[in-house]
Amino acid sequence: MAGSRMKLEFSRVIQGRSRLGVLKGLGRNGQDSMEVPGCLLYTHFGTVPHLTQDTLHTLSNLPSVTQVTLSNIAEHQEVLEEFKDGFRKFAGLHDTLLYCSLHDPAAPCPTGYTTNKTVSVWGSGGRIELTVAKFMALQKIVQPDWYQSMADGETWQNNTSRKRVRKSVDRTLTHLDECLVVHQNSQELDGVEVFGVVEGGDILEERVRSARETAKRPVAGFCLDGLQTGSMDQTLRTQLIAAVTKELPEDKPRLLQGVGRPDEVLACVEAGMDLFESFFPFQVTERGCALCFDFNISPDPERAVLELNGGERDTAGETQPNGDHNLDDQTQMTSFEIDLKDKRYQDDFRPLVEGCGCYCCKNHQRAYLHHLLVTNELLAGVLLMIHNTAHYHGFFGALREALANDQLDLLKDRVLRGRGGQTERKE
Amino acid sequence: MAAVIECGADIDTTPENHMSLKKTLSSASPLTLRIVAECSVTKARACDLVLPHCTVSTPVFMPVGTQGTLKGITVDQLEGLGCQICLGNTYHLGMRPGPDLIEKANGLHGFMNWKRNLLTDSGGFQMVSLVELSEVTEEGVKFKSPYDGKEILLSPEKSISIQNSLGSDIMMQLDDVVSSTVTGPRVEEAMHRSIRWLDRCIAANKNPDKQNLFAIIQGGLNADLRKTCLDEMTKRDVPGFAIGGLSGGEEKDDFWRMVTLSTDHLPREKPRYLMGVGYAVDLVVCVALGCDMFDCVFPTRTARFGSALVPWGSLQVKHKQYAKDLQPIDPDCKCPTCKRHSRAYLHALFKSDTAAMHHITIHNIAYQLTLMRSVRQSIVEGHFPEFIRTFMKRMFPSRDQYPSWAVDALASVNVTLE
Ligand SMILES: [Zn+2]
Ligand SMILES: [Zn+2]
Repeated sequence: MAGSRMKLEFSRVIQGRSRLGVLKGLGRNGQDSMEVPGCLLYTHFGTVPHLTQDTLHTLSNLPSVTQVTLSNIAEHQEVLEEFKDGFRKFAGLHDTLLYCSLHDPAAPCPTGYTTNKTVSVWGSGGRIELTVAKFMALQKIVQPDWYQSMADGETWQNNTSRKRVRKSVDRTLTHLDECLVVHQNSQELDGVEVFGVVEGGDILEERVRSARETAKRPVAGFCLDGLQTGSMDQTLRTQLIAAVTKELPEDKPRLLQGVGRPDEVLACVEAGMDLFESFFPFQVTERGCALCFDFNISPDPERAVLELNGGERDTAGETQPNGDHNLDDQTQMTSFEIDLKDKRYQDDFRPLVEGCGCYCCKNHQRAYLHHLLVTNELLAGVLLMIHNTAHYHGFFGALREALANDQLDLLKDRVLRGRGGQTERKE
Repeated sequence: MAAVIECGADIDTTPENHMSLKKTLSSASPLTLRIVAECSVTKARACDLVLPHCTVSTPVFMPVGTQGTLKGITVDQLEGLGCQICLGNTYHLGMRPGPDLIEKANGLHGFMNWKRNLLTDSGGFQMVSLVELSEVTEEGVKFKSPYDGKEILLSPEKSISIQNSLGSDIMMQLDDVVSSTVTGPRVEEAMHRSIRWLDRCIAANKNPDKQNLFAIIQGGLNADLRKTCLDEMTKRDVPGFAIGGLSGGEEKDDFWRMVTLSTDHLPREKPRYLMGVGYAVDLVVCVALGCDMFDCVFPTRTARFGSALVPWGSLQVKHKQYAKDLQPIDPDCKCPTCKRHSRAYLHALFKSDTAAMHHITIHNIAYQLTLMRSVRQSIVEGHFPEFIRTFMKRMFPSRDQYPSWAVDALASVNVTLE
């Protein structure tokens, strides 16, 4: 594993921070790659929420890496053990890389259940306690291309004591060492990469210690845990990320857990993050909303149309910008979306976003989506998930383009416009 | 009219096809029925039903998209499964989003972006079954809106007006629905009223050149009343007939006798739609009795509870016994679900995501449509009776489990099950 094949090749690093490049050497044969900054494909047990493979594949340019979580998988250990061929095949996924994380970033995880030796995940049948042995047994049957090592991430709540934070850093390092021992002795995991998890809550010294120690281990990359939306404001998050990334080797990827809002993604990319989880479009879908924020920075004639779209968002009036920093906010609407349940869309025969090439926008109108939502029809989730996924991954594409063309400020301007005073106060 | 012209170019030279075409042209309805084959043993037939949006191969099962959507399935997926016609419910759509909005969206086709045919019901059935305080008078069905409590009258004219706004290819007349288990004078009253309402519906249709209006044969389980209704309604120049008032909890013995009585007296050159029937055995038997079109919410509703339809009955994907079963739902099924996913994966997915339901819904629609395509093919190839025997053998573990009504019904059309 010291000879990890996963390598970040940069085409551009801006001000020593924002990193544009390609993560190469992915997959067990090392032939695959993904662009950074980028995001993984969010799934429930290998399925993008609401979507079958048919509806999913109406989308082009999907991420090459699919995220699955042990919180979904752990309760199905037995059948996967019998199946033997790994989760990818079990789930009917063919052409994708698999990243296995511990928790579902969109599902709150109750605290108070970790011990020195165990962490807990919550599946449909309740809590499942994982020791390193069970955690690694699961990795062996899942057979992902990479996974995060076991971690004690219970420090995201405000006012977690310094003592608890220190304990979480220590435990997480111990878990990592134990995972690595099992990993190196497991033929099944040959060619599989491990990401070490950086903890440390909101305490700078603990963050630095966690990063420094994790970086000493033979890991392929790093997950930054405990910085998720709702746990702290972006100013503090940016500071902590900056301090952590200083301790991390340049050529290994950094994945930020639990952050998905476009404004926060932009700030975290500027602070040096590479990878994100795409649970945000799912959350937007679940509240019956459609992403509509503008990220188009190419000077083309269609500009005028998009301008109109952005303008409409500005005057929407009843959008409730998500400003307070508590976890409840994750279910509240942000200013990057429109609420299609709102009566004003009842007779709006425009697509969700003018110019969007997704299946939903090419075939359906806001009025229809409004109808599906007020009548509680399942197709609402399907169509919204298609659009929101397309829009979100489009945003990441635009982000890379902006980095390539030195237009990050212009993109930030576009994305944050319409957030009004909210943005001013925060930054 | 485009459909008729298109059919004219495609015309068969057999005399009966000439006749049916002429009849269609004279009534100027946007529907043509070409009989492709008739079973020489049973009353089954295979037809091409030419409708404004495309030709439907019958016998056909029509999936139900109550509120302008088919339970989590996109219109492209539905088209991909080979569906040529599906249903919308006038009662639901008339309430939400309402006929005005749908008209603005270029009809239900435009609103849901469905390129093929649509059939809408009259709204009467839902009203009587869903709304507690409904009252039927000669005027129509009076009820209180469950959304705003306002009193609404659904008259034959109103039903047709809503269906004209929806723009469906086939509209159903408003009929006076009584439960099939009710007997006595109320059944006779409902039958006569349904005839009067048919005339009002015919008169109210603003788009007879674009939208077909079907009559609904009533008369409960009383053969004389059914016969009277058939005699009266077949005098009207409607493009098709539905057999109504059945499939509501009556004895199957009564059910099939009413079906076969109806098909005996319905004109050969017009389509016959048996309402609310969709269980596989019922479909096969009623095709043998001469029905062409069927609809039922069962295959899509049951899918959401994890029940997958298979040639040997059904398979409860959520049951523990499938947790480690790595076969597809039906190894012979060619639907997107069976091509990719195992019972074990679907079993597990039911615990994580609603997409599990969509997978089963797709499979169940595929099952229904494939069953009807196989039925049609066997009629065309002249071995429908043999198909029935094979189908029954597969569906039931042994001969003594065949439902007696099905055995009797099939015997009535000369098919004996060994
Ligand atoms: Zn879109
Ligand atoms: Zn299937």
